[in-house]
Amino acid sequence: MQGVNRARGEPGLESGCHYDALDKMAVELDVFVGNTTIMDEEVYQLWLDGHTVNDAVKVRMEGGVLEECEASADVLMSDTMDQYRTFQMCERLLHSPTKLANQLLFQIPPHRQAILIERYYAFDDVFVREVLGKKLSKGTKKDLDDVSAKTGVTLKSCRRQFDNFKRVFKVVEELKGRLVENIRQHFLLSDKLSRDYAAIVFFANNRFETGKRKLMFLTFQDFAFCGGQLINNWTVGAVDNMVEDMDVDLDKEFLQELKELKILIADKDLLDQHKSLVCTALRGKTKAFNEMEANFKNLSRGLVNIAAKLTNTKDVRDFFIDLVEKFIEPCRSDRWTAADMRLYLTHYTNSAHILDTFKHQLVWDRYMGVIKSCIFKMYHD
Amino acid sequence: MICFVSKKPKRRSTIIVIMPGKLKAKIVAGRHLPVMDRASDLTDAFVEVKFGNTTFKTDVCPKSLNPQWNSEWFKFEVDDEDLQDEPLQITVLDHDTYSANDAIGKVYIDIDPLLCNEAASVISGWFPIYDTIHGIRGEINVLVKVELFNDLNRFRQSSCGVKFFCTTAIPRCYRVAMVHGFVEELVVNEDPEYQWIDRIRTPRASNEARQRLISLMSGELQRKIGLKVLEMGGNAVVGYLQCFDLEGESGLVVRAIGTGCTLDKVSFGSAPNTNTHVHPSTAPASNACNSPSKDGKEPVFAEDLPSFSGPPTPFRVLPTSSSSPPPFSPSKPCSRQSSSSDTDLSLTPKTGMGSAGKEAGPLKTLLRQQTQTALEQREFPFFTLTSFPPGFLVHVGGVVSARSVKLLDRIHNPDEPETRDAWWEEIRQEIKSHAKALGCHAVVGYSERTSICEEVCILSASGTAAILNPRYMREGCLDTGNTEPRFDEPSPPSCGFCHIPYDELNMPFPAQLTYCYGCRRQKVPDVLFTTIDMPSEAAVTGKGCLIQARLCRLKKKAQGEVNATAISNLLPFMEYELHTQLMNKLKLRSMNALFGLHIQISVGENMLLGLASATGVYLTALPAPGGVQIAGKTPGDMSNEHHILTIQKRINDTIAKNKELYQINPPELTEEVVGSPIPEPRQRSRLFRSHSESSDELSELDLSHGKKDAFVLEIDDTDAVEDIHSLLTDASPPSGFYSCNTEIMPGIFNWTSGVQMFTSVRVFRLSNANLTNQGLNKIFTDLCENLLKSFYFKLRSMVPCCLCHLNFTVAVPEEELIQVAVTAVAMTFDKEQILEKPGDKTITKGCIEGEEQLQFSMELCADSSGISTQQLSKISGVPESTNVSPRDRCSTWLELIRLKAHTIRRGSIKTISSLERSSPLPEGRSRSLRSNRSFGGSSVTVVKMTPLSFLPGTRIIKYLGIINMFFIRETTSLREEGGVSGFLHTFIAEVFAMVRAHVAALGGNAVVSYSMKECMLMENPNKNQAQCLINVSGDAVICVIETDQEPIHTADAQSE
Repeated sequence: MQGVNRARGEPGLESGCHYDALDKMAVELDVFVGNTTIMDEEVYQLWLDGHTVNDAVKVRMEGGVLEECEASADVLMSDTMDQYRTFQMCERLLHSPTKLANQLLFQIPPHRQAILIERYYAFDDVFVREVLGKKLSKGTKKDLDDVSAKTGVTLKSCRRQFDNFKRVFKVVEELKGRLVENIRQHFLLSDKLSRDYAAIVFFANNRFETGKRKLMFLTFQDFAFCGGQLINNWTVGAVDNMVEDMDVDLDKEFLQELKELKILIADKDLLDQHKSLVCTALRGKTKAFNEMEANFKNLSRGLVNIAAKLTNTKDVRDFFIDLVEKFIEPCRSDRWTAADMRLYLTHYTNSAHILDTFKHQLVWDRYMGVIKSCIFKMYHD
Repeated sequence: MICFVSKKPKRRSTIIVIMPGKLKAKIVAGRHLPVMDRASDLTDAFVEVKFGNTTFKTDVCPKSLNPQWNSEWFKFEVDDEDLQDEPLQITVLDHDTYSANDAIGKVYIDIDPLLCNEAASVISGWFPIYDTIHGIRGEINVLVKVELFNDLNRFRQSSCGVKFFCTTAIPRCYRVAMVHGFVEELVVNEDPEYQWIDRIRTPRASNEARQRLISLMSGELQRKIGLKVLEMGGNAVVGYLQCFDLEGESGLVVRAIGTGCTLDKVSFGSAPNTNTHVHPSTAPASNACNSPSKDGKEPVFAEDLPSFSGPPTPFRVLPTSSSSPPPFSPSKPCSRQSSSSDTDLSLTPKTGMGSAGKEAGPLKTLLRQQTQTALEQREFPFFTLTSFPPGFLVHVGGVVSARSVKLLDRIHNPDEPETRDAWWEEIRQEIKSHAKALGCHAVVGYSERTSICEEVCILSASGTAAILNPRYMREGCLDTGNTEPRFDEPSPPSCGFCHIPYDELNMPFPAQLTYCYGCRRQKVPDVLFTTIDMPSEAAVTGKGCLIQARLCRLKKKAQGEVNATAISNLLPFMEYELHTQLMNKLKLRSMNALFGLHIQISVGENMLLGLASATGVYLTALPAPGGVQIAGKTPGDMSNEHHILTIQKRINDTIAKNKELYQINPPELTEEVVGSPIPEPRQRSRLFRSHSESSDELSELDLSHGKKDAFVLEIDDTDAVEDIHSLLTDASPPSGFYSCNTEIMPGIFNWTSGVQMFTSVRVFRLSNANLTNQGLNKIFTDLCENLLKSFYFKLRSMVPCCLCHLNFTVAVPEEELIQVAVTAVAMTFDKEQILEKPGDKTITKGCIEGEEQLQFSMELCADSSGISTQQLSKISGVPESTNVSPRDRCSTWLELIRLKAHTIRRGSIKTISSLERSSPLPEGRSRSLRSNRSFGGSSVTVVKMTPLSFLPGTRIIKYLGIINMFFIRETTSLREEGGVSGFLHTFIAEVFAMVRAHVAALGGNAVVSYSMKECMLMENPNKNQAQCLINVSGDAVICVIETDQEPIHTADAQSE
């Protein structure tokens, strides 16, 4: 606890605290315990962000809290240390939030408990972007100082966030039932945060590649959305909701069936037929028609090949990079608008139903539904 | 361990042992247990349940951190004496096939609350499993019941059924039928920590032995006190104060004092006014003026206004023992001190005092037999109460205190606690004689404490000399309503208690007397110091505030008698200086009375610490304090003169600022209004003569300079300059904050439901060995001031709020360490209603429904001039207004004129009708809404804690029993636990948790009158070790939100 040790023998703190009258002595011990645990949300955030006590005092002073309350710097110091100590004592309970509600040590009103938990499990988008899809292992944890240096998030905060990911991962890994629901129940998080964690777990489990330079334009929220789509449509849980890992692993049978889609590009007639159906529908409706027509076969090959390769774990990992390379980049270089994209993919999907020799309508819909919404989400600058 | 409790009556063994009770316990489940088996990350837990010498075990619940035992009912057949003394001891263990079972932790359950049929009937709930080394380790769910057989045997040694209350007021849902008086007891034992066996046992075993022993001794003490109360014919102890003295090698003393009472439970139909403190609406200032003139001593108008010279102080400590201060004569403070008896007393209890103790024995028994004697004949007419039912307190004389320095004897026989008894007896006699000298027959707000350093022990006692209404001491007296007309000496409630109890011609100490500013009929002193809470009916001007005097005195390190002599020589100086500081600070705040005065003097190896805390207030009945005037010793020195002028200006500015801050605008009631006589010089001199005849030693110094004159501070050396500077550096609380050390803040009535109890501890290490007294004083003052500043900062979100019952305790745990521990409660109040001027209220609140009532209640709260309350007294049908003497009528008429003017100014022509009283206050409604939200919602019962006897916005419907817990915590990994701060922070949080859990298990939702009596921290950072002992107490209660809050005034009306 660096907070406490600072108190001793270090009265003149570099943060400009003056123990003017107190310079002849040192604060050996200084505690304040309320029957209802007092927690300042601002200090909590500073603690979560991994600031040292001295930094936190500095930030608070700059925030002008002293002027508001006619207090002095050492009062602020004492308060900050007390709060830090309280948070450290609470941290153990925050690791299993359900305990927080029925523990006896701290009397914290329920709405405050909810805030404490939600904030503790909140994460920085810049940070999560760095570790998304990585294995939540000791090795990754070792590299967190690089992540910290790169993102500007303190190492302490990085570690907390990483440990949170890992903790949630470990708990829900072995549970039956809906992933989001499990997270919400075991960690008492809000719906939004539970979904984000579900995505993080899903990405970590399938080790999706998200760190390549080509993917840097995508935000965490883009990935979280896509992850949610995959969880809802491509996992075992999408068909059966009572198996372990149902929302974490992709549906193997479905991936197998995806191979059948290859006929769309392998069968020359089918490919041409598909192209003409799409082109008929699109003609006159978009400025990018010429490019679409020219690129149709390429694009279709791209999407169908992605589908066909998903049985390989390696190719699953490259799912997003493939989507970008095989589809999004060509379209972007042809200057498709988002509306163009929407138009194209809608007709591309629907036209396949009219192909009389194409028998895999169900698989096609399950595949294209996700692909469509992912691409819509990902198609931005 | 050999646990051998002194003075245990052996009578029981001679009669047939009757089994009067059956204790049943059931172990249900555990949760959050620690991992005891590293290999499996699990625990194989089982539980041992022990009471007396009987032990039961549950099955082992293998491999679970949340075991479900669901045991059978373990039944203990025990006698009621054991039931009272022994705690139920529950030990959770981890089963180990190959080695000894590891203890996880323990729970001690005091089953006393189950022995009283009015308190709890079952104990059921989750208790933290506590280990003295590891702290809380999981929780255990336990059910406990007691079946008492009602065949009472005549030789009973138990006192089952006597109720105990820490609250120093009559508990809220009871009515007092009779106040029997002082009860005290102490028990002595060897401290297990100092027994030979301690060398071979583990720290854990030693701590547990101590915890268990103190628990046993507390139980025994309580039982014995209960017996005394039964003997008196009472059924309850109110203001129960238990302390323990760790005397090191010479032993362990657990002692308790309290007030024996007969209490009647009040049924809810006629619920008493739970809000007497919150809304002292029955405290009409002007009541004084039209109260019935049944006064036996109808004041004679021609009576002289005495004008005494001498230090204007009601503070009385006679110099009759080692403990006494100098006779307020700084010129020769040692004169009394060196008297031979003092040193004798301080040095050895074996000489004179031993015999005195023996003599007192038979006398005591003799007096005990006379159960219904009048107060005067009681051995100790002491009352630990600090607030009283209306009419109980007739007059207040002033603070009486006594201290004595003792050497703890090395050889100690636990079977004879007589020495300790004699020590206290001696102190109490002294207190009694001080009270007598003040013309009082009783001492209220009485408390005792000790400070021990090595072999030296300072015993202190203090209280407030008072005259009480004897009716409360007689049988079958009390119906608050109908006693009132029968008062022997009816005094107006708003000022009566201020009237001097002593004979003004034979004053115990020099003081300036004036006619009461309330009733103009009786004499009042110019300043009043008391240890009690302000009577709720007292008339106050403005707000009160916390006033502290702080003092450090270095002393040489010494041993034995030399040390004791040195300390007892220092004490009077300290008392005197503390008193002077208090007086100066009081004047600076333009106030004239102190309530809740507590003076603590702590002894360390090389210094003494003195801390006096009180709540200053301007009592309307007392004269306005004069200013503080600075006088130089060497007139003529120009630079000095200039300096004095600057200081004088600063002082005057401070006084003006404080007047504004505390809203002290006393009504300009000048002499002309009532026609009070101005003393003539001739009479004055007569009085003066008689004074100098009667008061022997105290009139030597004349500090007062005529009536209304300023309090003079002489600057004769640099010390005085320093002192004045320190006076002026006391910061006032930031805006929105008030603070006091009494139950409630004088001048604030409209509490809302926000309550935050807290404990804060600071230890400072003095690094510079060459400190002077001055330097130390500054450090100590800054320490206390900084603590207060920290509280204001931490609690800033509660503004507007008041820190109530700020209780500071200081200690010198080691050389060069100063420890200050504070427990207090922050309570929110409705700012609008108190700060607005009457004229603004109607405007801001005009839109609110129920405007009339609101105005009414606001008037009550805001108007200290008491005009509206006068109306109230008429409304509620107090017979006072019917029987008016011509003079009274005159003043009433005057008041009516003023009232009219006031009403018009307020812009409201609504006259207040009796109708309004019967509708609930809107404020009460909103308050209950707010508290509704704060209760419940979580799976753990919310337990509120407060050092006060009530929780605002709620009504106590049941007292479940006393909470008295003692814990030891030790660590050998101090650094890992976050240093001393981390260690103590955790421990205090754990203590809170255990208190809350016990209260919740009793079915309660709050602790009132909570206090932390002891917090002893010993640390050795070099060895990475620390140990701490904490003793807390309070009353477990069930309180409900005041939804159908009865109109406060109807309750009063009913009782009349």
